[in-house]
Amino acid sequence: MGLESIYGEILNEHNLRPSHRGNISGATIRLEGKNPTCGDDIYLELKVGEDGIIEDGAFSGSGCAISQASVDIMLDMIIGESKERALELCGKFMGMIHGKATEDDLDDLDEAAALKDISHMPARVKCAVLGWHTMEEMLKNRESEGHARGEHEYCTTE
Amino acid sequence: MTENRFKKDFPIFDNVPCVYLDSAATAQRPAQVIEAQKRFYETMNANPLRGLYELSIAATDAYEEARICVRDFINAADEAEIIFTRNATESLNLVAYSYGLNFLHEGDEIVTTVMEHHSNMLPWQMVAEKTGAKLIYLEPDMDGIFSREELDRKITERCKLIAITHVSNVFGCVNPVKELADRVHRNKGVIVVDGAQSVPHMKVDVRELGADFLAFSGHKLMAPFGIGVCYGRRELLEAMPPFLTGGEMIEYVKLDGATWAELPHKFEAGTVNPAGAYGLKAAIEYLQGVGFDYIRETEDRLTARIFEEFSKLPYMHVYGSKDPANHSGITAFTIDGVHPHDISSILDADKVNIRAGHHCAQPLMEYLKVGNTARASLYLYNDDEDIDRFIESVKKVRGIMGYGA
Ligand SMILES: Cc1ncc(COP(=O)(O)O)c(C=O)c1O
Ligand SMILES: [Zn+2]
Repeated sequence: MGLESIYGEILNEHNLRPSHRGNISGATIRLEGKNPTCGDDIYLELKVGEDGIIEDGAFSGSGCAISQASVDIMLDMIIGESKERALELCGKFMGMIHGKATEDDLDDLDEAAALKDISHMPARVKCAVLGWHTMEEMLKNRESEGHARGEHEYCTTE
Repeated sequence: MTENRFKKDFPIFDNVPCVYLDSAATAQRPAQVIEAQKRFYETMNANPLRGLYELSIAATDAYEEARICVRDFINAADEAEIIFTRNATESLNLVAYSYGLNFLHEGDEIVTTVMEHHSNMLPWQMVAEKTGAKLIYLEPDMDGIFSREELDRKITERCKLIAITHVSNVFGCVNPVKELADRVHRNKGVIVVDGAQSVPHMKVDVRELGADFLAFSGHKLMAPFGIGVCYGRRELLEAMPPFLTGGEMIEYVKLDGATWAELPHKFEAGTVNPAGAYGLKAAIEYLQGVGFDYIRETEDRLTARIFEEFSKLPYMHVYGSKDPANHSGITAFTIDGVHPHDISSILDADKVNIRAGHHCAQPLMEYLKVGNTARASLYLYNDDEDIDRFIESVKKVRGIMGYGA
């Protein structure tokens, strides 16, 4: 069982002392992500520049350690990157969660690779992907509208 | 330590060694029930109530014997009052659709509680919306008790139906069904009792309680999945229209209509579940062999041990009464700083199975101002070793989550 490897230093650190919890000014997209089976709820904000670079991001909400730490790790990785790069990492993360990551992918996923063993904990997969899934939805389908969305908008991992 | 005499009857514990503390979700099954189900399929299998040949008659007999067994188990006056369903949820929907929609009107009040399982809440929201009756929620204190003022204030002379769980699946408290029955009967109304969590753990006598309807699921009392019971008082059932229509529930069908079959068949449309009913009978007989005294004594003793151990850990919180004897074997708890899903995953690694989430009682979670809780729930096969392993695992949780001890 990957229990100790999941609840290791990286996850606990991001859960107990997240770097990106809160709000940012000038967010260009906001979306709430919900995991109905678990009750995890995150509210993700991104500020994407004209040039497609993710200049800043933050999250708020509540949920299990896996959902909260995973989104904090994700923000660490995508802030300062292009949208395309963020979506590429998202693809690799989803692949890893489904047990299909190469060594190179794992290297590229950096701290997010700490969640690799989630593939052996099917009940928690939705927790781990919540942040990534929400970001993907924002960048792929919501951004064209170009404005911060109202609070009633949300996507789910169902 | 006292040894549990009954654990050996449950093959799952030989096949998949684990500490099973999720019996409020579904019970484990003893070999006697598994064998009965098998015996039905091997020696009596045919579509009951339809065939005129011997095998079909054997299947019909097995099915109807199970009905009589349930009648006696809950002390109903007549086996025609026992309707087989799939589960408590279907039973509650039957009452809501067939009784609620036809006998409640604008100006009437439906009283229920914030501690209901969604299965005993959503059907009444539907009835209120469609009939214009007003839905009123009783609010308990933090021990799960409804104060006299709360009852006096909210149960008015307009109250025509009370829908309440007998035992809460979160607090484990036993609700005052008899008193509420008396109150609603004064208005010529009815009480619908959700017995999902009480019937497996205590003697439930519908006549002593004054219950007009009682719903429960077989699977929580060790019967196969897919069989449940809706008890209803005969005169009420007779006045109610069918819930579902089709085969088996008719007396005579013409192209322009039909007349309904006698009770209880009027409410059992389509091919029934005789193997499930036969298994339910085996489960009830097994339960009676164990006896409610043993169940109560075991659950209370082990719950008291959980409370005792938790009280030594300052970061643990238990919901409901401080007295373990008021919990029907159910302990809902949280650990400071740790989400219940993480608790559940950590315990799972030690093969300790508990439930984490909102327990299909989201309004109650909101009322308690907790998003989620963890829940350990006991049954007759649990023993001291289960509690030792549970506590040992719980003590590790905060450390694993990165809190210094
Ligand atoms: C109090 C209560 N009512 C109703 C139900 C619903 O039971 P079922 O899902 O078997 O219909 C449950 C089961 O979790 C319950 O605990
Ligand atoms: Zn989660």
